[in-house]
Amino acid sequence: MTEPPEAALIRIRAATVRFGTQEVLRDLSLDIHRGETVAVIGESGCGKTCLLKMIVGLLIPNEGEIEIDGKSLKTMANRDLTALRLRIGYLFQSAALFDSINVFGNIAFGLRAKGGLTESEIADRVRMRLGDVGLSANVEAKMPAELSGGMRKRVGLARALAIDPDVMLYDEPTTGLDPIMTETINDLILQARKRRAMTSIVVTHELRTVFKVANRVVMLSPLSRLSDGGTQIIYDGTPAGLKLAADPKVREFVEGYLTAS
Amino acid sequence: MDNAPADEVRPPTWSIATALADNMIALGDWTLFALHAVTGIFTRHMKFQELLIACSNIGVGSIGVVAITGTFIGMVLAVQAYGEFHQIGLETSLGAVIHMSVVRELGPVLTAVMLAGRVGSAMAAQLGTMRVTEQIDALTCLGVDPVRYLVSTRFLAAVMVIPILTIFADIMGLLGSSFICLKVYGIDAYHYWEHTRAYVGLWDVFIGLTKSMLFGGAIALIACHRGFHCAAGAEGVGKAATEAFVISFVVILALDFVLAMLTITIQHWIWPVAAASAI
Repeated sequence: MTEPPEAALIRIRAATVRFGTQEVLRDLSLDIHRGETVAVIGESGCGKTCLLKMIVGLLIPNEGEIEIDGKSLKTMANRDLTALRLRIGYLFQSAALFDSINVFGNIAFGLRAKGGLTESEIADRVRMRLGDVGLSANVEAKMPAELSGGMRKRVGLARALAIDPDVMLYDEPTTGLDPIMTETINDLILQARKRRAMTSIVVTHELRTVFKVANRVVMLSPLSRLSDGGTQIIYDGTPAGLKLAADPKVREFVEGYLTAS
Repeated sequence: MDNAPADEVRPPTWSIATALADNMIALGDWTLFALHAVTGIFTRHMKFQELLIACSNIGVGSIGVVAITGTFIGMVLAVQAYGEFHQIGLETSLGAVIHMSVVRELGPVLTAVMLAGRVGSAMAAQLGTMRVTEQIDALTCLGVDPVRYLVSTRFLAAVMVIPILTIFADIMGLLGSSFICLKVYGIDAYHYWEHTRAYVGLWDVFIGLTKSMLFGGAIALIACHRGFHCAAGAEGVGKAATEAFVISFVVILALDFVLAMLTITIQHWIWPVAAASAI
């Protein structure tokens, strides 16, 4: 007797997102299972960031619904939604550090909001997470404006990881960084997964990141490039299979990367 | 609100109806936002340290500009009114007229206008930048209600600090006008202050300060709402700051009119004779 397949941790059901009259996602369905690291790729404007924002409840789909652990975000009480958000770490594209608070305050922010820890435990956790992302305690007192782009990303990652999330969402974690820092961030994503079993979704343009960190790839197409009735997910498989995909849009994306690199 | 197909010929009233509907939606949205922020002052989001910082940002930096405004308004009123009052021999009544104007109207309104320009625009720009750089989204992701965390504190700080600034503007206005009347025009000090004491009472000070608290609350809620609904980019932030000032300015004047009508009515109930003479 075979065991029934495990229910997906994150279920997106026929989600449609519109801004005014412009449709960004249409009838999108996607299941993400516990422990997966899913890379979401695609051209600019295909709705990758919208997908992440829907999962954390920052964006409510006009149609369809999002379920996490079998619970719909649409019908969830505010208190439950807040508790759920504290199980999800989000690394923003611009790091989104609070610019009026120093590095220590930024990393401690989620821990204080979550509660249950003393200030000395919070300080220990902050130092531990700073160490995890390769930063020394010397940066604790610095303000975000004093940090370089790579350091900001690392502090953003430390802040997201500080709350010990079950799910990590990375929005273009390596965009705008030099190749060395890109490799550093990719390594940090891998190390975070090794330290703690978590489900990760990485939105990226960088195939180098895809091949290094993901075990599943989902490629989205912008609606403007789809024929009527076509599905927006044009590839869903392994990173290795990406190079063998038959869809011309997938090939164009991968060949563009291979030629450039 | 744009449900009609692009090629459909719309009646001329369409744009008016659309603008009206959009403004009603914006007003409804602001009302919900304001209720959410105001009720937030009774929740755990209200942090004493953040409140102190907000009070300092609003108050300390505004004292100089409010003092200068109050002084000059008092002096200008004295200069403008002296000629007319002198002709009819009522120059000793100038104190009562100027101080009543400053305490009930000009002090609260001009302080609020200065605050809308200096603090309201800054609030809108700061929150707008936080919106554009996803800091507001980051707050939500870290389990914090951004409206209550960012707006409730600013609202309470504005309501608490603006009466203090108004008292400061009133005192400076009083000193400025008294200097012109007593030292420059040589009006008899005894009668000048006697008239002031007879006509300007605690009720007038109370009305002026109550108005200023309402103005302060309105400025904070309008500015923060504009910041939260800021469009992307530097242009969006600039637009939010400008809108915060323009809307606050219009609301201050409209609210002042409504409150003037209301206070005269209340005064009429409490002291029928005094109110009739005031009208």
